[in-house]
Amino acid sequence: MRRRVVVTGMGWITPMGHDIEHVWQKLLDGGSGIAPTTIFDAATFPTQFSAEVKDFELAAFLQDDFPQHKNASRQVGFALAAARQAWDQSRLDEDHALEPAMVGIYMGSGEGPLDFDNFAVPAVKGWNHQANTLDTCQWAEWAYKSLSPTIEFEQDPNMAIGHLATMFNAQGPGFNCLTACAASTQAIGEATMLIRRGDADVMISGGCHSMIHPMGLTGFCRLTALSTRNDSVQTASRPFDQTRDGFVLGEGAGVLILEELQHAMRRGAPVLGEIIGYGSTADAFRITDIHDEGRGAIAAMRGAVDDAGVSLADVDYISAHGTATQENDKIETLAIRKLFGDRASKIPVSSVKSMLGHLIAAAGAVELITCLLALRDQVIPPTTNYQHPDPNCDLDYVPNKPRKAQLEIVLSNSFGFGGQNDTLLIRTFKP
Amino acid sequence: MTERRVVVTGLGAVGPLGIGLPTTFDALLQGRSGIARIQAFDPSGFDAQIAGQVPDLKIRDFVPRSYRKSAKVMAREITLAIAAAFEAVKDAGIKTRCMVECGAAQPPVDVDSTRLGVNIGAGLICADLTELAGALATSVENEAFSYKEWGREGINNLTPLWLLKYLPNMLTCHVTIVHDAQGPANTITCGEASSHLSIGEAFRTIARGAMDVGIAGGAESKISPMGLIRQSLPGRLATDYNDRPDQACRPFDSERTGMVISEGGGLLILEELQRAQSRDAYIYAELVGFASANDTHDWNTAPDPQGQALALAIRKALAEASLQPEQVDLVVATGNGLPEHDLSEARALHAALGKHAARVPVMATKGALGNNGAGSGAIDLALACQAMRRGVVPPSSNTASPDPKCGLNVVARQPLETGINTILSVSYALSGGQNAALLLRRWQQ
Repeated sequence: MRRRVVVTGMGWITPMGHDIEHVWQKLLDGGSGIAPTTIFDAATFPTQFSAEVKDFELAAFLQDDFPQHKNASRQVGFALAAARQAWDQSRLDEDHALEPAMVGIYMGSGEGPLDFDNFAVPAVKGWNHQANTLDTCQWAEWAYKSLSPTIEFEQDPNMAIGHLATMFNAQGPGFNCLTACAASTQAIGEATMLIRRGDADVMISGGCHSMIHPMGLTGFCRLTALSTRNDSVQTASRPFDQTRDGFVLGEGAGVLILEELQHAMRRGAPVLGEIIGYGSTADAFRITDIHDEGRGAIAAMRGAVDDAGVSLADVDYISAHGTATQENDKIETLAIRKLFGDRASKIPVSSVKSMLGHLIAAAGAVELITCLLALRDQVIPPTTNYQHPDPNCDLDYVPNKPRKAQLEIVLSNSFGFGGQNDTLLIRTFKP
Repeated sequence: MTERRVVVTGLGAVGPLGIGLPTTFDALLQGRSGIARIQAFDPSGFDAQIAGQVPDLKIRDFVPRSYRKSAKVMAREITLAIAAAFEAVKDAGIKTRCMVECGAAQPPVDVDSTRLGVNIGAGLICADLTELAGALATSVENEAFSYKEWGREGINNLTPLWLLKYLPNMLTCHVTIVHDAQGPANTITCGEASSHLSIGEAFRTIARGAMDVGIAGGAESKISPMGLIRQSLPGRLATDYNDRPDQACRPFDSERTGMVISEGGGLLILEELQRAQSRDAYIYAELVGFASANDTHDWNTAPDPQGQALALAIRKALAEASLQPEQVDLVVATGNGLPEHDLSEARALHAALGKHAARVPVMATKGALGNNGAGSGAIDLALACQAMRRGVVPPSSNTASPDPKCGLNVVARQPLETGINTILSVSYALSGGQNAALLLRRWQQ
């Protein structure tokens, strides 16, 4: 018998709020976290809006722990606050038998926001207009003055796990993966594998990311991946709608406490659901495009279902990657159709990115939390902003209104730039 | 639940001492240094002006003709990873799509693409400053950068695919495409520990049956103005050796003052044992233990003086392999030449290996190769596999007067001829607190 892995805590910091119940209610109400960008002056960019985390104060979450983490980058702060919620819910602080060497961390954390203003100074001062090249001596002179070693290191993608390890005395396995938009789904999948194998009893797992900084926005604008509906920002993210024109850049964190079942039972922990399957594949196709027949996505979903030892017919709901780009939604639909066959039309599929925007590396963890809540309340969050059916997207997307449903097994997809596909399968906990 | 056994059947490396693992190994045996004054840009404005640079790397030598045009969306790190992957796959004698299309192997492809996975450690990829600064400098008002100008016009000076050069997962993605590897794929980003964590995770992925062959390791380049200054600002670099670069990095030496940046990539082919046996592959070693551990001490200011997390990782790996410390024949240390970090690492080895720590030969390569970040661990591990095969350990450069406080038996001055059956290889992130240990054993029927 393999070791079973359950969820005993969850927390998030999202563009729609900072606690589980409040945000969940807003998601069922069809709210939106999207607004004009305020973090920097984006008024002339092709896309001038985003899904920012609002009114966030790390000190309020960390209290006495805050001084040790005061240098944390914006996204690491999100992770710490989300993890605090998850850890508190799991009541692991009350477990005096907890073995620190068996508590690990696996995050799918992005790189921290570039220190752009201080980065731009040497870039501008170091440019030699006459020679049309960078004068690296001049650049260095200004860079030594304007860049800070602490801010630079706090951008490294492994900083979230570093901070989390010190905050929770998690001395066991430590990993961070950065597989673009699939990262936190992959992190949770791999963390599940570590517990199953016996390398840890408890894993703090999820993701955090903020690419709402000038170069992040620039990069996505240049890829023409973002919606440009500057005049109707709250309806800009339109997954599976025929008029969709790209995703909305978001930020935030989602963190779960994963725990070996017996360990959780021994201490009478709250059990919120079970992680039963994980699939990871590569498209191995193109850097710029998803495989046109959804080969990698199909294999990831199939892999998760096989890993769980259930059948395709058991899947009750699919939380889609559903970014609202033309390409993703069409091919994700195709992949679901090819894998599930005739039954595809009967499976509800929805994308909360319509309300939360796309949290990039953090998206998968936040979405998995919505899946756990859907299981708990037996209700499916809607795909909002769905008005114009697309013949290429012909599934049941739970348009605009939440839906009561009998749910036991839920599948969650995350696909990353470059063709990285990760799928998780969760189930209502049954002893 | 029984796990499948996993062996190493291919080694690939590119680094400052050349393309290919045997080239690097032989250069180390001869005591050559790969450290020199930086050529990639004028380093005169920096306190440290030296690095370990990879010479003459041409992407065309490592990808099918049809893929050459993709070079324009490749950061240096991606090129390094692709080259190391090619070398590793070639060494393993596996006919992936890349090898067949490049003419390096006769068709047909002999690996099931859906059972071939890739797991490559990566660092933060610094943007090409000449490209980015040139674009930013077009958006200036009153001698300062202007967001309004940038949003309106400036951003168009960057190519549409600009972002895709710098996503850390692109090392893995390009390698999956070139070799048609459709199995599990991941990118671990834990600083210098990335290589070990990637190899360890790929080991587990094969062991549990999710793939049969893995391309695993890491690659990174720190040789750019931004890469250099990010190490210079916290005072990590050896700054007194700009006129004698080959002596700058001094692992575990009494006179060590700091590290030297470099670039490179190391990738190993990991393979399920029966698959390797059925094709009569040369088996370098079996992976028998792996563990990682977090430093929960305040790693922001300095490493844990006692190296407790690294010691924990080593103990866990030994326990998994059912090995006693005395059975370790070679330790592959990180040895960056940093005063506090080297001491912390040495203390971890003493804590985990007991009295054996002072006796067991220690291999350290940073004196000649520098520290490239995410790729260094895999290069070291590949070199250690070669040392086991050849029965000789290359000497560490510049460990002229071993620090008695470290108290390690670092192989220095001369190569050490010795039979090796068990290798312990360790690594840790310079900041962030991740530690990892891997154990390899000589393959025996």
